[in-house]
Amino acid sequence: MNLTKSDRILLTVNKMLLVIVSLLVLLPLLYVFLSSFLQPNTLLNKGIMLSFSDFSLDGYARLFADGTILRGFFNSVLYATGFTFVTVVVSILAGYTLSQDGLVGKKTIMIFFIVTMFFNGGLIPTYLLVRDLGMLNTVWAIILPNAISVWFIILARTYFKAIPNELKEAARIDGASDFMIFLKIILPLSKPIIFVLALYAFIGQWNAYFDAMIYLEDRELHPLQLVLRSILIQNEVQPGMIGDQMARAELQRISEMIKYSSIVVASLPLLIMYPFFQKYFEKGVMVGSLK
Amino acid sequence: MQNAARELQEEHVQHQKQKEPDKQPGHQPDKKKNKNLEYIKKNYLLYLFIAPAIILTIVFKYIPMYGAVIAFKDFSPMRGIMGSEWVGLEHFTGFLTSPNFLNIFMNTLKLSSFELLLGFPIPIILALMLNQIRRANAKKNIQLILYAPHFISVVVISGMVFLFLSPTGPINSLVSLVTGNTYSLMSDPDAFRSIYIISGIWQGAGWASIIYVAALANVDPQLHDAAKIDGASLLRRIWHIDLPVLKPVMAVLFILAAGGIMAIGFEKAYLLQTSMNIPASEIIPTYVYKLGLQAGDYSFATAVGLFNAVINVFLLVFVNSVVKKLNEGEGLM
Repeated sequence: MNLTKSDRILLTVNKMLLVIVSLLVLLPLLYVFLSSFLQPNTLLNKGIMLSFSDFSLDGYARLFADGTILRGFFNSVLYATGFTFVTVVVSILAGYTLSQDGLVGKKTIMIFFIVTMFFNGGLIPTYLLVRDLGMLNTVWAIILPNAISVWFIILARTYFKAIPNELKEAARIDGASDFMIFLKIILPLSKPIIFVLALYAFIGQWNAYFDAMIYLEDRELHPLQLVLRSILIQNEVQPGMIGDQMARAELQRISEMIKYSSIVVASLPLLIMYPFFQKYFEKGVMVGSLK
Repeated sequence: MQNAARELQEEHVQHQKQKEPDKQPGHQPDKKKNKNLEYIKKNYLLYLFIAPAIILTIVFKYIPMYGAVIAFKDFSPMRGIMGSEWVGLEHFTGFLTSPNFLNIFMNTLKLSSFELLLGFPIPIILALMLNQIRRANAKKNIQLILYAPHFISVVVISGMVFLFLSPTGPINSLVSLVTGNTYSLMSDPDAFRSIYIISGIWQGAGWASIIYVAALANVDPQLHDAAKIDGASLLRRIWHIDLPVLKPVMAVLFILAAGGIMAIGFEKAYLLQTSMNIPASEIIPTYVYKLGLQAGDYSFATAVGLFNAVINVFLLVFVNSVVKKLNEGEGLM
């Protein structure tokens, strides 16, 4: 089909605009990545005149000279894994039950869940509850209060509904118990939804800082995001990172290098991994909203 | 949530259908009860499966709802929720008449409504633009770039904002080349909202466009071909063919976003706060946090949070009814 001249111009402009938008997104990321290997402001002062000798791993060496960031990393792995496991198990089981036709009490249970999407007790009552349960400064404060996600349950339910009933009926005729049917037939078919939910849960928890900030006072327990917050936002530099540098200008220079390298350390794993999982993420968005 | 509402409706219809046989003469009301009990006994496994979800919901969602009564009490940790003295609406009137109230309330309202008004159309425009890219590979690569910031944590985004906007940072270096001046934007209350909204768009607009891109994939290409034959220009085709397809999605997402206006996220606002930009950056959620968890004024903070939640529900209902009117009777509820 032939396009008119003005349409063709418009399409070219459109392409150019999209390239510009992509650059606007990409350049800050690239700037952070390059700066993490450079002395502060080298990139701006030298521009394309950069040479290999400007690059160094000093920022990274200082970042890892102190155990704080590694400890935060391992804490985050622990919290995100634990949270993902509990959330996915709870959501899959509940979603399976709610996907059954003719389940007695289904409507009541759905309302029971959906009410919590619109109303909640708020920050303070939840905090007081967690405190009264003795969960402050424990992993449970991170895992349990948010383990229940109505959205996850609905996603799982939608997925299970699409599994044909005939499969279950056939197994039942062969004498399989309900539990065996779930274990041997339903679960193997559910790998995609389990994967989508696990990705969402893991990344959500990995990037979260708020619950850890209010529930974990003990610094030893802090996840990566809280360590980052102290480096990036609160301008705290661990003594192990600076060594014996005491001059003010020198201190600022070092802290800026550490900031850039900490951003790379914290964000690069997800940014490298996500293109491989992109289609699963998109699937999750779609199932959740358009059905 | 759109889903949830629809599901509920469906179940309501199903429920009514199930009820109908009961109306026939000779049916005992007890019979249904027995049948239900029988079903539960036979399918006890299903109820076992959903038990953890129900228990977690009761403990961590419903008990705090009960706990919110401390908004009407003078809560002291020693005497517990039950034992604390009832003070009625004292905390609410206290908040409404406090000198901070108007400022914090307006900050919350402005920050989130500007964010909504500026942020809402951009993913739609992005999706329409992406939809015009014919080469699947090029389209995929652009999407890959546009989605990436979504995976960066809010702490890192805020950290990047601080680094980029610092007086010695890259933005100021570029600005000083032109004007000779540097600006400390993070201490400027007037700049806070722009910083918050622009960084939010940078991070979220690409990801938010996914849903519109998917909706556009459902447009029948024959419609476009037919319109081309009729001599419709590209812009007219987008306006008359693509946009109407997006309208229902837009309506639902707009209601949800507008209904959440007062529920604006705490996390980024708190991180971007500096002692200097507080006049613009103090919003209700950060105020509740500081008052309740840092100062220990549990009852007052709960009252402020509850006030916010109530406004939010009203907003949701109001926006829903407005959209319904504009959208030929189609809303969320």
